[in-house]
Amino acid sequence: MKQDQSQAPADIAAFEGGTKAPPSVTSALLYLDGVSVSFDGYRAIRNLSLFIEPGEMRAIIGPNGAGKTTMMDIVTGKTRPDEGDVLFDHGKHDLTKLDETAIAELGIGRKFQKPTVFESHTVADNVLLALSGPRGPFASLFGWRNKVAREKVYAILETAGLLEHRARLAGEISHGQKQWLEIGMLLAQDPAILLVDEPVAGMTDHETELTAALLREINKEHTLIVVEHDMAFVRALDCKVTCLHEGSVLAEGSLDRVAGDERVIEVYLGR
Amino acid sequence: MIQVRAFCAAVISLFAFLMFAPAAQADFASSLARFAQDEFSETALAIDEIAASGGSRAQQVLEALGSARLFVDPASKKVYWRAATSDRTIHDAANGEPVADPPAGLQVVRINNRLRGATLNAIGALTLMAPDPARRRAAAESIFKSRDASALAPLEAAIKNEKDPAIAALFAQARAVLMLAEPQTTKDQQLEAISILRMRADIGAIAALRSISATADADVKALAADAVTAIEARLKLMSHVQNVWYGLSLGSVLLLAAIGLAITFGVMGVINMAHGEMVMLGAYTTFVVQEVFRAYAPAWFDWSLAVALPLAFLFTGLVGVAIERGVIRFLYGRPLETLLATWGVSLILQQAVRTIFGPSNREVGAPSYMSGAFDLLGLSVTWGRMWIIVFTLFVFVSLLLALKHTSLGLHMRAVTQNRRMASAMGIRTPWVDAMTFGLGSGLAGIAGVALSQIDNVSPNLGQSYIIDSFMVVVFGGVGNLWGTLVSAFALGVANKFLEPVAGAVLAKIFILVLLILFIQKRPRGLFALKGRAVEA
Amino acid sequence: MITKLFLERYDKVGLIFLGIMATIAIFVPLSNLLLPTDSFLHVPTYVMSLIGKYLCYAILALSLDLVWGYCGILSLGHGAFFALGGYAMGMYLMRQIGARGVYGNPDLPDFMVFLNWKVLPWFWYGFDMFPFALLMMALVPGLLAFLFGWLAFRSRVTGVYLSIITQAMTYALLLAFFRNDMGFGGNNGLTDFKDILGFSIQAQGTRAALFFATALLLILSYVLARWMVTTAFGKVLIAVRDAESRTRFLGYRVEHFKLLVFTVSAAMAGLAGALYVPQVGIINPSEFSPANSIEAVIWVAVGGRGTLVGAALGAVVVNFLKTWFTTGFLAPYWLFMLGGLFIFVTLAMPKGIVGTLQDWSARRRERATYTEKSAQKIAEQGE
Repeated sequence: MKQDQSQAPADIAAFEGGTKAPPSVTSALLYLDGVSVSFDGYRAIRNLSLFIEPGEMRAIIGPNGAGKTTMMDIVTGKTRPDEGDVLFDHGKHDLTKLDETAIAELGIGRKFQKPTVFESHTVADNVLLALSGPRGPFASLFGWRNKVAREKVYAILETAGLLEHRARLAGEISHGQKQWLEIGMLLAQDPAILLVDEPVAGMTDHETELTAALLREINKEHTLIVVEHDMAFVRALDCKVTCLHEGSVLAEGSLDRVAGDERVIEVYLGR
Repeated sequence: MIQVRAFCAAVISLFAFLMFAPAAQADFASSLARFAQDEFSETALAIDEIAASGGSRAQQVLEALGSARLFVDPASKKVYWRAATSDRTIHDAANGEPVADPPAGLQVVRINNRLRGATLNAIGALTLMAPDPARRRAAAESIFKSRDASALAPLEAAIKNEKDPAIAALFAQARAVLMLAEPQTTKDQQLEAISILRMRADIGAIAALRSISATADADVKALAADAVTAIEARLKLMSHVQNVWYGLSLGSVLLLAAIGLAITFGVMGVINMAHGEMVMLGAYTTFVVQEVFRAYAPAWFDWSLAVALPLAFLFTGLVGVAIERGVIRFLYGRPLETLLATWGVSLILQQAVRTIFGPSNREVGAPSYMSGAFDLLGLSVTWGRMWIIVFTLFVFVSLLLALKHTSLGLHMRAVTQNRRMASAMGIRTPWVDAMTFGLGSGLAGIAGVALSQIDNVSPNLGQSYIIDSFMVVVFGGVGNLWGTLVSAFALGVANKFLEPVAGAVLAKIFILVLLILFIQKRPRGLFALKGRAVEA
Repeated sequence: MITKLFLERYDKVGLIFLGIMATIAIFVPLSNLLLPTDSFLHVPTYVMSLIGKYLCYAILALSLDLVWGYCGILSLGHGAFFALGGYAMGMYLMRQIGARGVYGNPDLPDFMVFLNWKVLPWFWYGFDMFPFALLMMALVPGLLAFLFGWLAFRSRVTGVYLSIITQAMTYALLLAFFRNDMGFGGNNGLTDFKDILGFSIQAQGTRAALFFATALLLILSYVLARWMVTTAFGKVLIAVRDAESRTRFLGYRVEHFKLLVFTVSAAMAGLAGALYVPQVGIINPSEFSPANSIEAVIWVAVGGRGTLVGAALGAVVVNFLKTWFTTGFLAPYWLFMLGGLFIFVTLAMPKGIVGTLQDWSARRRERATYTEKSAQKIAEQGE
């Protein structure tokens, strides 16, 4: 009974008061166990389990259709799993019962595969919108964040290397800059965990290096999950790697260990 | 000439079956004169003779006699009757003409109970043997309702004489009612009567069965109660069947109107607000074709729809292609703009038709096979509705087959599933777009041909279908033809079941509100596609 | 300081608009009342009523622009909100007739006496009091929008689906108001009004006052709308319009934002309808016609969506054209014209009049700075 990890969060909270709690649930910031989802009979995720420790950076690799983006959809509430547990913050929150907004409010930020910024807003306004703070309609009508926010926004733009572009419309900046802007917006959200989907797609080598450095910098204060194809980039991240295949975990560990795994080479890296 | 012969036939049958043949030889006037005698025996003779003479004058006189409206002028010995209507005009009984200034001192022709019975019998017999089947029907119904025991004798006679099985059945039912009311009937007769009434299965039969006296035999009462339950169940079933039928009929109309939209909106994702106008153009094509037929080949008029169908398909299809090439193709991926632009197109098309054909309704005729009705298990089915349902299903099946087995269908599915891939494989996607839109519009045109048979053909025809059509497609699940089929019939049937409860307009409002709520619950319709592709 | 804060919210176009509207609000009624009829500057009463009607449409367009231009909600139900406000005003005006109706019944409007009704339906109570009626003019459409939006936005009905169900709602209301038993005068609607707030509705002074009220409401609506779209609230609206799901992932309750703007917008449309009714003298179910709602959308598109001023301008321009066309020998061609306008605007001028003008001036400014820069460069090189 005590070993049963598919407990409801309330039960798990009860464990916390006790002497012995299931280690993986309470120590994990993000906890996925036995998650499956299928679309019209196609099983995109099969019995996926994943534990992310607080402060960790985790790279997720895998061939196309391995379920990387679907996994992110499940965590952020865009897709509901057919079965399995998705728990957040040491098992306190059951993410399968919440919608996107509530999940974002809990402190889970997401950068999409295709950069989606608000194109008719300026770069600064994009960050301003992302800035943490009250998000209700009335709060935004009666002027929050307009004055104090300025320094914060500028600091974030500085980090993302976009300060000089602050007054331009987000639709006008380059693809790489949009990727950074999104990362900047994630920072402004100040989430407990950042989900970053293919941050260097379409970037030049130089931009890729800068992005890796930026993410490592962010990792000093935030937990990160990075989905990426670019192996050089993953190497530069220098973190634990999980390889997904056909919706479940194929191998997990350091990049060298994963890259050396026979099955990973078979399905993904190639010989 | 025919009427005279029919009249003679009626007279002859009266001769044969009422046993008053000798008296009948006396002429009408001398029979009337007998009333003036003021003797019951003479009056009885007069009744028999007049009944035997038949015809409407006889009936008028007898009815007047039965309700104390028959008068004799003691001075001239002439007979008059007073109209039962409120103006109380006095008529000359000899010829039925109204009399401007009736003589003073008219006396009512007196009758006793025996004579009253004889009078009523005579009246019943007169109508029961009338040459006109409608009148015989009416007589049977009136006896059924009045449950007048005195009508039993003429009814028995009439049953033997009746040739029309439907009317004979009515007579038998009327007789059964009388038998039940009659205290002297045997138990067997009562049981037989109940089983006859059970076949009738309407409210009148229930009333008759309920009126069985409490003193009746237990078996009889049990059988009657059983029959009442059976009839009630049957009545309920019939009203459901009728609602379903009307619902299917409405559903087929909805499906026809929506089927083109299921292609343009459902498959292509184009919000075509001018869809209703395509239907309207189809209807006007029918009108033009029929005008040509009327002018040049009136004998072939029944073929006009067969000619109109392909023409409407081609014409509206071409208009559709023109709209797609001229307007819609610039707006792919911008559905709200498409909505506005096609609304503009619909305004232009409406006004164009109004300018050419005028704003009022145009008459589209129904070929002979579309008119009339037939009886199906007690359900009156009009041929027009029947053919429209058949036609709708035919169109639906042909469309399914066309999408599955033609190269356009294949290309269409390829383009809607993955435009870039299809394009890369050498499919000319703009051509497929235009053809698909043309197909959807052509289907709307075909719908117009069918709808011209049941709706007013006016420039506003399309407007009344556009919202319903969208509702059908959205309710069924966009991109799913079977969903559209189910949704159209479901909405049609639901509407017809609500109508008796709420009235036509309220039922429609109700359905709209339900749909609005439903779409909130399941924004992607009854049969939604699932998965990541939908979000894209 | 407050003035400065106030002015900060407006761009040049907005200030020009406010200036023009203030001038019209004051000049037109005064000119109509005070100047002699043969004066060059005199505005005849019928012209004033006509402009008043246009201004009501402008408020409707403004409210529609707020939801469509800024939040991407293409509502085909704003004509219905407008009509509901109109009916609320109509009910007040009907109750003001009192015993002066044809049947002389002090409580029941004529059409109810005609239908043989004995008592006033419950939903007519209170409409004899203006403050209550005024509240209803905004509250009824606002409440309907709130309920409708609460259901629709929560279940994420967006884009054309939302447009179609708002149109269905409008259609359902149209059918409902045509029914006699609904108690809103059925086919004929509400008309034969006598007075408003104790003043005869036909009197020139009342008409001038109604005009002024309409112009004032337009100004206030603009100020409110402008305030909403220039705060962070407005930024979120635009974010929702451009990338709704992204906004959700940022942690915004998108449906709450939509709901608030939709409700405010519907109430605004309702008030516009309320001022429309006494100026045209009648309200009937045809105001619910779905075509009206779509026409209002085209006003916004013509003027330029997402510009507020453009919406108001578009309403006036299109309706002026409509009046001009439909009163002359061109009347049969108006629908061709209108249909053509729909197509032309969506295909060739998607930003509308104001949007296109803004683009031009921006491009000219860019070119100006560009030539300035290159001139500078040349000068530098010359040195």
